[in-house]
Amino acid sequence: MKKIATYKDLADAYVRWQPLMALRQEAVHAGAERHELLVCGGTGCQSSRSMELLHNLEAEIKAAGLEKKAVAHVTGCFGFCEKGPIVKVFPDDVFYVEVTPADAKDIVHDHLVNNILVERLLYEDPAKPGCHLEKQHDMSFYKKQERIALINCGLINPELFEEYVAVEGYQALAKCLQDMSPTDVSDAIKNSGLRGRGGGGFPAGVKWEIAGKQPGPEKYMICNADEGDPGAFMDRSILEGDPHSVIEGMIIAAYAIGASQGYVYIRAEYPLAVQRLQRAVDQAKEAGLLGDKILGSNFSFELEVKFGAGAFVCGEETALLRSIEGGRGEPTSKPPFPAEKGLYGKPTVINNVETLANVPQIMRRGPAWFSAIGSEKSKGTKVFALAGKINNVGLVEVPMGITLREIIYDIGGGIKNNKQFKAVQTGGPSGGCIPAADLDIAIDYDTLVAKGSMMGSGGMIVMDEDNCMVDIARFYLDFTMEESCGKCTPCRVGNKRIHEMLTEITEGRGTMEHLEKLANLSSVIKDTALCGLGQTAPNPVLSTLKYFYDEYVAHVRDKRCPAGVCVKLLNYVIGDACIGCGLCSRGCPVSCITGEKRKHHTIDQARCIKCGACETVCPVKAVVRSK
Amino acid sequence: MVSLSINGTHVEVPEGSTILDAARKLEIHIPTLCHLDLHDIKMVNQSATCRVCMVEIAGRRALAPACATPVTPGMEVRTHTPRVINARRVVVELILSNHPKDCLTCQKNSHCELQALAAELSIHEISYAGEMTHHRTDASSPALVREMDKCVLCRRCETMCNQVQTVNVLSGVYRGFNTTVATAFNMPLADSACVSCGQCVAVCPTAALSEVNNVPKLWSLLADPNKYVIVQTAPAVRAALGESFGLPVGQAVTGKMVTALRMLGFDKVFDTNFAADLTIMEEAAELIHRLKHGGKLPILTSCCPGWVKFFEHQFSDMLDVPSTCKSPQQMFGAVAKTYMAKQLGIEPERLSVVSVMPCLAKKYESGRAELNVDGLPEVDLVITTRELAKMIREAGITFNTLHDEQFDQLMGESTGAAVIFGASGGVLEAALRTAYEWLTGKNLEHVEFGMLHGIKGIKEATIPIGDLNVRVAVASGLGNARRLLSDIRAGKAHYHAIEIMACPGGCIDGGGQPYHHGNIHILEKRTQALFNEDKGKRLRKSHENPAIQKLYADFLGEPYSALAKKLLHTTYVKRRKL
Repeated sequence: MKKIATYKDLADAYVRWQPLMALRQEAVHAGAERHELLVCGGTGCQSSRSMELLHNLEAEIKAAGLEKKAVAHVTGCFGFCEKGPIVKVFPDDVFYVEVTPADAKDIVHDHLVNNILVERLLYEDPAKPGCHLEKQHDMSFYKKQERIALINCGLINPELFEEYVAVEGYQALAKCLQDMSPTDVSDAIKNSGLRGRGGGGFPAGVKWEIAGKQPGPEKYMICNADEGDPGAFMDRSILEGDPHSVIEGMIIAAYAIGASQGYVYIRAEYPLAVQRLQRAVDQAKEAGLLGDKILGSNFSFELEVKFGAGAFVCGEETALLRSIEGGRGEPTSKPPFPAEKGLYGKPTVINNVETLANVPQIMRRGPAWFSAIGSEKSKGTKVFALAGKINNVGLVEVPMGITLREIIYDIGGGIKNNKQFKAVQTGGPSGGCIPAADLDIAIDYDTLVAKGSMMGSGGMIVMDEDNCMVDIARFYLDFTMEESCGKCTPCRVGNKRIHEMLTEITEGRGTMEHLEKLANLSSVIKDTALCGLGQTAPNPVLSTLKYFYDEYVAHVRDKRCPAGVCVKLLNYVIGDACIGCGLCSRGCPVSCITGEKRKHHTIDQARCIKCGACETVCPVKAVVRSK
Repeated sequence: MVSLSINGTHVEVPEGSTILDAARKLEIHIPTLCHLDLHDIKMVNQSATCRVCMVEIAGRRALAPACATPVTPGMEVRTHTPRVINARRVVVELILSNHPKDCLTCQKNSHCELQALAAELSIHEISYAGEMTHHRTDASSPALVREMDKCVLCRRCETMCNQVQTVNVLSGVYRGFNTTVATAFNMPLADSACVSCGQCVAVCPTAALSEVNNVPKLWSLLADPNKYVIVQTAPAVRAALGESFGLPVGQAVTGKMVTALRMLGFDKVFDTNFAADLTIMEEAAELIHRLKHGGKLPILTSCCPGWVKFFEHQFSDMLDVPSTCKSPQQMFGAVAKTYMAKQLGIEPERLSVVSVMPCLAKKYESGRAELNVDGLPEVDLVITTRELAKMIREAGITFNTLHDEQFDQLMGESTGAAVIFGASGGVLEAALRTAYEWLTGKNLEHVEFGMLHGIKGIKEATIPIGDLNVRVAVASGLGNARRLLSDIRAGKAHYHAIEIMACPGGCIDGGGQPYHHGNIHILEKRTQALFNEDKGKRLRKSHENPAIQKLYADFLGEPYSALAKKLLHTTYVKRRKL
């Protein structure tokens, strides 16, 4: 590759490569001469065989003799994971969903050769059954979304450096190095109102400013790609779909603070993200965008990828630093904050992937553009990973200040199987559960905290009437308890004790005293734990105690689980529908079901182990759970 | 200076101070557990793991640990609001909920910092009982026992082992509730690079780390009518034993100790100082031999078994540098089971040599296979100062009112040079006193080398002896030793002789001494006690010791003779770094 050694080299490269995006940026009506097919190559779609699909598309194109007229590319995550794998056809702007490798033939023959849409692969509008939508922007899933961090995911091929340059990549860096002082850059980020997307929501520009003001030549810029919240995958998707945007963001940040060495700390369980990131780093090095005297300026910056072994706590910035240093990944007291005393005791800025992916866009389009988006104290957009009992599972990027209702019902398509919404858990395993009464709050960093939850990295898990909130709290504590580094007492022992009490309650041994103890212990842990993990771990307990206290009481006082989840609290009973077939009796592992042939059977509750085998085998659904 | 207020009272402290420092200035007591500040030996455990010292700071969302939170101008701190009191209580209850309640039979009963804390906070019930951790007790080491069920994860041992001693054996392992402090791969301590210095034991707040208890064995030995049991006591023991009985710190209790040992039933009570004088004869002779014959320099002292094992692991390419002299403890045993046994007419097999040491590594050293006399161990049993105190108490001896007795003859006489072995710099000073006179043939008038005294980690001096400027250095604490040795290996430092002691400050701070509980001034006072004893001695140079002169005349011939080499010198082995 030719080096991009000067600002002019970059401008020339842009002009040279810009045509690569022509088909994708200018939508035309059907019947175009040339086509590009973008196949989602995110981890989710890959596990649904999207690479095999890509391969088949290439083979079909070749077989149809269309090599000169059509090309299939891999691209980053479209976000609509519920409907993956996704193939988008340009320039017609047609969005195919749930495409299997076997569908390659139809797409090539019908769409490319005969100009007929493959209707069965189009998205069906849930609001109007039978109505198929071909355009992405017509779908309710996308209508309220606004993509900044994910702007290039689903647009460019993340493995091609040229395509990133073709979407004005590294222009923001050039602008910073050429026209702005380091202080100008951190001021711009400060003015944009960008806050850390990794959880805490600390203003990114302020962090840069603090680190920039520290004396001494040795400083570090670190990208935290140790995404650990179960169900959250925005950082992974950005690295898989647009790794150069993160690298560009890091170089800009490094320039602002005066760091000459950077690290991306990424968990090794993200093999695809690691591979694409490493390739992008190599490309940037080869092009001269990493290394000495970037773009002919006096600024030099080296970047190295470091792997985390998957400990959740290593996403906490001080633990992450210890891990990079080669120590045991456990947090240290703050202050001193990393911006003052970080890696190897030197000033260090740690920003999360999504934060950094916003940076090039902000620098290119200006802080005012960015700060016009979002709510008063939280600017820009946030990527959420929608999961749980929701119709449209996937990755969504929405302006701050949008309501939970809009995300869950308009974008998310509502609750699966028309069940009743019960709560949404935001902010990962240590977020809180927000009840239906608060669906209309405008979400940003501060409103979520006020509701006893948090933004976290943007996990959003929807629960319906079939979820037991005590069980949910126990489930999250199970995670945080296991993932505690064990350093401080409240987190190591306290969270274990909370988990034990919740287990007692879900197994019918709870007392009202347990509820008081839970509340006190939870608030003490919040008050005394050493790091963010410990301080937030009791959130699921505190928020469910606050909003779903009656469910706790039902477990404790009535020995009843209203949602019918806590196995030890429910009884399997055989109803009138029983036909006396005896399947349940034969299937029962402890032989506690008796009854004569063709007569009603009964379960001996004293011996029943609540395994549910009878319920599974009953051909007439006569076995029911009495809650 | 930073000005702040604590509980409404204004205070000014230097920048970089913690809230705890500021509170101490105001004499406001904030309870702590994991915190330990041994500033003078550069050991500050600021891991802030226990969360006991939590305080409320105006404007902050959560409570903050006083031990690790730096003061800021205008800070308003409250140390005992109901919120703080509740949090502290819950935290200590949580610790206790996962701590064995066997205080009555625990090694650390009445010396345990957790026990004291529970009493201080009036904790009478544990609201948060639950599962407890079960870690395998590691009794593999001949010197110390790891009973990790009693660990409170204060991490002091880790800080000591890794940052101060740089032995790097202990680290946090596992996660969550199962977290513990262990060796790499949780291997038995005996298989690790642990040098048994016992500094981890010295700082452990509970009984998670304790010495191997040899008291029951010693009682049996003393009760055995077929055994002739003699005892030797190291110099540092007399400087600290009194602390166990509430006597003023820094009061040497040599005479009372001798009396007590006789009352315990030892057949003879001897002094390791005798062997220290002997060590000087051999070491000075070896140094002069090296100087005259172009031998390897610098010569390093080898009295300290922790240090010996440390260089065998960490500097195994430099095994020809240390002196080949055995330690005084082992020289004593070697002489006792040959020369003395013959003099007393006792078969060596019937003779048991017991040592009272300030040290845990001595327990390990006595078991080193090569340290034997015709297959018999030179030293049979080692107890620490703490164990001796326990025995005295168990025997019902009213220590403080005992009269003073003298050591037994034959191996009980010593000079002032020997007694200062117990303090950092003392061995080198003792060697210089003798080497000077031997090299110059002149009388050394000023026997004290003040620049070598004190608990400073590394001390250096150039001492003119005749026409030779002898460059010497003293290091105490293995981290300091590592620094010095690394410089020598890299060719950056040039000395003739170096004294190294594994424990910061020397043997007075040994892992077997009465617990200092973080009061570093105790070490200075113990040091002073030894130098005072030296001053009070008529003879202050090892070669002037008449018993030593007689030993050479009657038995060994001359220093560094063939018999001396056989009995009093040893070899070293290469060991793995891990």
